[in-house]
Amino acid sequence: MIKFTDVNYHYKQQSFHFDLEVEAGSVVAILGPSGAGKSTLLNLLAGFIAPVKGEIKIKDLSILKQAPHQRPLSILFQDNNLFTHLSAYENIALGLHPGLKLNPQQKLRLHAVSEQVGVQNLLDRLPAQLSGGQQQRIALARCFVQDKPILLLDEPFSALDPVLRVAMLKSVKSLAKLQNVTVLMVTHHIHDALDVASDFVFIDQGTALAVEKIACLNTTHNNKQLVDFLSAEMNR
Amino acid sequence: MPLPNPLTVFVRLIKPVQIPGLLLSIGIFLFVLMAVNALFAHSPVLEVTAIWSDPYYRHITKFSFYQAALSTLLSVLFAIPISHALFRREFRGKALLLKLFATTLVLPVLVAVFGLLAIYGNSGVLAGVFEYFNSVLPFSIFGLNGILLAHVFFNLPFACRLFLQALNAIPDKQHQLATHLGMKHWNKFRFVEWPQIVAQLPHAAGLIFMLCFTSFATVMALGGGPKSTTIELAIYQAIKFDFDLQTGALLALWQICICAVLAIFIQKLSRSSSLTANYQGPKNTFYQDSWIAKCWDFSWIIVISLLVIPPLLMVVIAGLNAQFFVVLTDIKFWLAFKNSLLIAFFAALIAVSCAFFILLASRQWRLIGFNGHADKIEMLATIILVTPGLVISTGLFLLLREIGHFSSLALYIVIAVNALMALPFVLKSLSLPMLHNAQKYELLCASLGVFWWHRFYWVEWKALRRPILQALCLSFVLSVGDLSAIALFGSHTFSTLPLYLFQLLGSYQMQSAAVVALVLLVLSVGVFMVVEYLFKERRTQYD
Repeated sequence: MIKFTDVNYHYKQQSFHFDLEVEAGSVVAILGPSGAGKSTLLNLLAGFIAPVKGEIKIKDLSILKQAPHQRPLSILFQDNNLFTHLSAYENIALGLHPGLKLNPQQKLRLHAVSEQVGVQNLLDRLPAQLSGGQQQRIALARCFVQDKPILLLDEPFSALDPVLRVAMLKSVKSLAKLQNVTVLMVTHHIHDALDVASDFVFIDQGTALAVEKIACLNTTHNNKQLVDFLSAEMNR
Repeated sequence: MPLPNPLTVFVRLIKPVQIPGLLLSIGIFLFVLMAVNALFAHSPVLEVTAIWSDPYYRHITKFSFYQAALSTLLSVLFAIPISHALFRREFRGKALLLKLFATTLVLPVLVAVFGLLAIYGNSGVLAGVFEYFNSVLPFSIFGLNGILLAHVFFNLPFACRLFLQALNAIPDKQHQLATHLGMKHWNKFRFVEWPQIVAQLPHAAGLIFMLCFTSFATVMALGGGPKSTTIELAIYQAIKFDFDLQTGALLALWQICICAVLAIFIQKLSRSSSLTANYQGPKNTFYQDSWIAKCWDFSWIIVISLLVIPPLLMVVIAGLNAQFFVVLTDIKFWLAFKNSLLIAFFAALIAVSCAFFILLASRQWRLIGFNGHADKIEMLATIILVTPGLVISTGLFLLLREIGHFSSLALYIVIAVNALMALPFVLKSLSLPMLHNAQKYELLCASLGVFWWHRFYWVEWKALRRPILQALCLSFVLSVGDLSAIALFGSHTFSTLPLYLFQLLGSYQMQSAAVVALVLLVLSVGVFMVVEYLFKERRTQYD
């Protein structure tokens, strides 16, 4: 599904090197200490930055020449996911048409997805009139109306309380399964990964370990950095 | 919010969206350069040292500095207690007073001059009071007195607003902490409030100095003779009355040199600050009050109210006189009115469009931390700040006179010069909102594919409608009240409201002048109100 081959990137004397493969339909947790390169991995995939060397393929097609909006993926940022001057409806509709001109089918789809995400009653509101969780749900609804096979989550729920965060992640997971979407999620909560992910990848000092099943995520793993990271996080 | 580092990829290339702005910026710079050059080309011998050997030019140079320094000192000094008082006190009409403060800087100079004359002039209200007690006004408003009074009238409220904004930026927690530590008035001022003001001080003083140094209409109306003349006015006199391009060019070069030095000096001093309209800070109710403090604060508030309100009020009162309908049925008035609207409308449109494209270019660089590049491209477009408007007008006229007839060109030249003169203010007021918009939405727009027209309409216009319209109003009002571009080209067949007002004042038709002043005042204040009313939007709570 997603394949990074010998991808190199440099930023401020730090270099990154990624070689990994993600299977279709999986929910992959991207773990690692701060500054290790978790967001860099997502930004390379999303097209906000370009690698110095290497190849990124989705479904065996190179995406490096494609602009961010042309790539077969949608993305949820940590913040600023919504235009604060536009209503929830308009924010979602921007995912379907950049000029908000929706045809009847698109309108139907928008309402159907809003219902699935549980925001059908909030569509008239401006972001300021919504809670943090509701705002991210609206943004999530936009990701799903875009109907792209991959969803990237750059810690969008980290500002929410733990109970809500897990609930949001679970609804992402079920929606992703329903629509057959592959999810890559950056997180620094081990429990989130254990709860919702099917696979994980550990990133340390700019390099990614291979993608492994979530069952392998425990302190008996043979990578020492991962074990250190895990025990530190578990003890928090 | 830290900048999103992924944007570094764009470092190496100029994005297509930047191209129009870059071209415009460079174009404006070249345009100004060409105009200045045209003037120099018509003056064969240029020796700046000649200025220092001529006693008259030495005098006006000294006078320019002297009056600007005094005006700045008075404005800034009084602004400290006044802004402090306004910051601490809530009272009925405070919002209105602050709105009036915002108008004094953009108010047509001659309207203010008219109001000041009506109070402090030889036959003004104050003179009447003295007469009642069988005495005469102990001062004359013409000369240095009047220039200082007018400059303080314009700039004291402006300085107050700058300082008030700085004070409003003090976090709530600091007020609570000060209360908790038992800081009384003086100590709180010293340790909490003064540092905020002092940070803003060099920038405010520099800006006001520059405005007063290049002051034209005020000095022309209130100077009252060669004793009180600024360099700017001397350029005008040389070109308009003596048609002495040589002297004009020489003085212009001198002025450009001084202004450039001043501008660089101010740039070094200034921290970036933005003047948002009527920012309402947190209410600080956490201080120990006393009667003395109350009296102190309110006497300052009364002082500033007495400075700002009566002249404006007099414009309204004096304007509603017997001549009202006579003036309004005069064809000359309507011709001037039409020209003013035409000039102001197109100048505003041009200034705001240029500023928008230039800021599109510069903010892309700011996003990736290339502030130096961004500053430079904005500075090119604000070159007019160091170049007297008169010089541009004259240069343009010399350039274009081969092409067309004098009177047919005048309108376009005045529009162009007014647009150029408004541009720095528009750039200043739009740069922060546009940068914030980009910081928030650049990546989102890239990932959603919202570009060009859609980006402009749904992201920039929808979010920034208010600041954009305010910038339009600002440049409209600046142009509607401008006297310096029209002064050179005005004639009996081509005039604007300010020039018409100046002519009426010059021929002592005070009643008619009062009516025109009132119309200008209504036009200046009214345009803000009308636009605010027409474009009332859903209340959104950004940031």
